[in-house]
Amino acid sequence: MALSNDFIKQKLVEKFGDQVTGFEEPYGMLTFEAPKDFNLKVIQFLYEDAELRFQFLTDLTAVHYPFYKGREIAVVYHLHNLAENCRIRFKVFAPIEKPDVFSATKIYQSANWQEREAYDFYGVNFIGHPNLIRIQNVEEMDYFPQRKEFPLEDQSRIDKDDEMFGRGGTLDFGNRQADGAPRTIPESTG
Amino acid sequence: MSVTTEKAFDEAGFGTKTNKINLGPTHPATHGVFQNILELDGERIVSAEQTVGYIHRAFEKIAERRPLYQITPLTDRLNYCSAPINNMGWHLTCEKLLGIQTPKRVDYLRVIIMELARIADHLICNSIVGVDTGAYTGFLYVMQYRELIYEIWEEVCGSRLTTNIGRIGGFERDFNDIAFTKLEKFLKEYPIVLKEFENLFARNRIFMERTIGAGAISAERALNYGFTGPNLRAAGVDYDVRIHTPYSSYQDFDFEIPTGNTGDCYDRFLVRNQEMYQSLRIIEQAYKKIQDIKGAEGGVFHADVPEYYLPEKKDVYTKMEALIYHFKIVMGEIDIPPGEVYNCVEGGNGELGFYLISDGGRSPYRLHFRRPCFIYYQAFEELVKGSMLSDAVIVLSSLNLIAGEMDG
Repeated sequence: MALSNDFIKQKLVEKFGDQVTGFEEPYGMLTFEAPKDFNLKVIQFLYEDAELRFQFLTDLTAVHYPFYKGREIAVVYHLHNLAENCRIRFKVFAPIEKPDVFSATKIYQSANWQEREAYDFYGVNFIGHPNLIRIQNVEEMDYFPQRKEFPLEDQSRIDKDDEMFGRGGTLDFGNRQADGAPRTIPESTG
Repeated sequence: MSVTTEKAFDEAGFGTKTNKINLGPTHPATHGVFQNILELDGERIVSAEQTVGYIHRAFEKIAERRPLYQITPLTDRLNYCSAPINNMGWHLTCEKLLGIQTPKRVDYLRVIIMELARIADHLICNSIVGVDTGAYTGFLYVMQYRELIYEIWEEVCGSRLTTNIGRIGGFERDFNDIAFTKLEKFLKEYPIVLKEFENLFARNRIFMERTIGAGAISAERALNYGFTGPNLRAAGVDYDVRIHTPYSSYQDFDFEIPTGNTGDCYDRFLVRNQEMYQSLRIIEQAYKKIQDIKGAEGGVFHADVPEYYLPEKKDVYTKMEALIYHFKIVMGEIDIPPGEVYNCVEGGNGELGFYLISDGGRSPYRLHFRRPCFIYYQAFEELVKGSMLSDAVIVLSSLNLIAGEMDG
């Protein structure tokens, strides 16, 4: 029996009620989110449930959304049930002042370095990680370089501000609506 | 042993004392820039600590300020032994996001390029395992055929190592006759050479003694460590992205997934060798399918997507639309539809994934590469703990660790 997105959704809602939210299926992949304190419970359930068995962690990464107030840092898990060949995407959000998320290293060994990388670039503090130190950058670095406040280009270049990349001016990131939601309708390129 | 002798041993530095040595970052046995700090008790490895990041180039950050077509050259530099697979993986990701359907002929041409890349990748890895076990001949011998593969790529895209091959929607130009002639030469000559190469190693006593049992891992541990690709298949799990989530019309081809049992260096070698035969099978089928496409479809090498595919230069000079699209594409002024997409291809080392978030700007909002090397290199300590220093060297080469892919 192939796992269907509806079935997985139903199982999750049965188990966690209204704690699991934001169900979407972009390009066919079931995507949902849960409160950050539930992340291990959800992953454990997905791993151990006899029908779901999402026992392969494909990818773990973080994303920074400066305009989502109180939930700026997203940690994204891509899980895979190899036997049924079904993939899902699971997200938790954490505030940037205290980006504490429980570590999945106890369930998946492969989470170890991927969490270190997410810490290195986004400062996600994985609680329970055996060795949460920088992995790609130098140890002395005291900031998290992939956060959006660190611009890529030299700031003296006026010809390369965000406007050239469809995102408003340099100071205002311009990629969010006034309420912080992602911009959905691209502005006219006129 | 009496207490006094033990004391004398301790004072002389024998027995309980361990030594730490650096294998890398610039050691010839690491075949790339990464470091292993090995703690040795005599010649036996007590613990290992890996350091990566020496050539981190922040591609994910750079990609946040690049239009889609300018990200292709960044992907070249991940696994530079099989750059075309990375390029194609990226194009396929963009096409998935933009909803572009490619013609069958483009898919088959891509399959040829990708399978050639897989052969180029496995051929290097396996012959390097040979070099590290003391057999240089095989390495020099098959290198001629990697050269031939590079020449085919050169005909198609103009470059050899960091290829930047293909465009969103297809190829920048059609394969020419020289490319097909060289491909025929390769298909004719390489199987014989590969057989000879295999004979040189597969039942070679020295090679077997060195590799059997070295760096073994069980299927369960391999999965938990996130292994994919030949290294996972050597442990006995027949997971292959080409079969599980077919892309670029892989479902049209008839091929097998070779698997091993023990997950040791010897099985990894055999799996890679078998995969090269399977790749040759796929290329032969793809070449035949391309020859069967006749008529109007016969010369098609890209999809009809003027918004994303650069028009021909002569059209830019004579047609208004072509000029507009040319300008917009080159200046990166095409808005990408908002969306979130994960796409993966079977790279030389396993599942190469692209996680792309677009917010409707002209460049990705966030791009993450799932780099198989980076994920499975974590298992190195478990693979070599308790074995000899010389085993660590062949484990490194048989895992096919590519520094560019590890550091991203």
